[in-house]
Amino acid sequence: MARTVIVGASVGGVRTAQALRAAGYPGEIALIGDEDVPPYDKPPLSKALLAGTATLDSVGLLTAEAAAAAGIELVLGSPATRLDRKQHQVLLADGTAEPYDALVIATGARPRPSPWGTPRGVHVVRTLADARALAAALRAGGPLVVVGAGFIGAEVAATALGLGLDDVTVVDPMSVPLSRVLNPEVATIFGTLHAERGVSARFGVGVTDIREIPAGLEVGLDDGTVLPAATVVVGIGAVPNDDWLADSGIATEDGVLCDRFCRSVSDPHVWAVGDVSRWWHPGHGQTMRLEHWTNAVEQAVVVAHNITHPHELRSHAPVEYVWSDQYDWKIQLVGRTGGELAHVRVDGTNPHRSFAVLYSDESDRFVGALVVNWPKALITCRRVLTKTATEPAPVGQVHTLVENARPPARAAS
Amino acid sequence: MAVVKADLAACQGYANCVVGAEDVFDIDDDGIVVLLKTTIPDADRTRVEEAARSCPVSALVIEDD
Repeated sequence: MARTVIVGASVGGVRTAQALRAAGYPGEIALIGDEDVPPYDKPPLSKALLAGTATLDSVGLLTAEAAAAAGIELVLGSPATRLDRKQHQVLLADGTAEPYDALVIATGARPRPSPWGTPRGVHVVRTLADARALAAALRAGGPLVVVGAGFIGAEVAATALGLGLDDVTVVDPMSVPLSRVLNPEVATIFGTLHAERGVSARFGVGVTDIREIPAGLEVGLDDGTVLPAATVVVGIGAVPNDDWLADSGIATEDGVLCDRFCRSVSDPHVWAVGDVSRWWHPGHGQTMRLEHWTNAVEQAVVVAHNITHPHELRSHAPVEYVWSDQYDWKIQLVGRTGGELAHVRVDGTNPHRSFAVLYSDESDRFVGALVVNWPKALITCRRVLTKTATEPAPVGQVHTLVENARPPARAAS
Repeated sequence: MAVVKADLAACQGYANCVVGAEDVFDIDDDGIVVLLKTTIPDADRTRVEEAARSCPVSALVIEDD
């Protein structure tokens, strides 16, 4: 009987297994996870799970019962250490060999390690164990210093404030938060948001070192400031978990290199899904690696289709979508956004907290949007981008559509 | 036939379902899912289940009628 082995039991791996069954895959499916807990979802780790409003059960992706019912064999607790393509098998740390006909690599990414060492009290957030350790540390009180003003850093800071910490500082060497995905003029709005909510923002300042002192930690900044801290969270990006493939002959380049079908360029029996996949996006004409939940889910469906329909291969050409929940704000990015693109802002009903920013290319064609607290604008932008993937719409036309998506102002109550 | 059920309290307005099956799902001004239909013909079931599985907070289920 055919056998598909999926390495990685986070959302990309789990959804691939489920999508294989939905597509009628008749063979065996083994889902390998390195952690000794049932598969769980990661977005809540920096939000609800940290805040204590979610539990492992409520963020579960696949229970043992559901796996058994779907004919998915869960192999948990031992990481894959090597791929032996000659023998068509994956070797696990505990010595097990998992034979495959098709292999799906969904090993995700890990936090970029702290360049300042990891004395006690320095945390990252990627796994359930990380989130639990940080949750316990935050409950012991502040001060908290968050290094990195990306999504993870901003969400941790917001959650910590919600837990009652009153001494929270976010440090980032860039002059604005979210600088990787937003132009400074727009990004500065989120710096202001932190400040308004009571988080102390130190933007444009780098960290020089993190020292252990008898009372806890000290974070040294390159302007000479020293921030005392009980807890430090380092959220400075992620690196793909592709090093276990080093001697396998599978090409990697900041991720597993794949064609437009998400199939390894080195081996037609090997596929890659989620944060670890660097595939050729036919719409953008370049390889991409996305660390987005929605991309992992959509890519899983494509790969499951391609494994079950080898003569009708489907390209993966998604419209990028990522969200971040900070304080009571919903921040959503769709398509391409950022510094090199022209942008126009459209106010929502309450412009202080609801607005959209539409991004366009040099031909005034709509290519992406930032939407804050405005659900109808988000869906309008996603619809347009999905339908105009090959022939982008004029940004002026989208501007009108978004204006028309503004809800009527409500009487103050 | 199958039926779609939505947990309106869980819905966070991420709108993945609308992108997956806009004939079944919409989002209102408050960012809460609206079911445009609740019964799904068998021929559409796989597609609508796929849309439901794309919900980041698992607010949607498809059940046998």
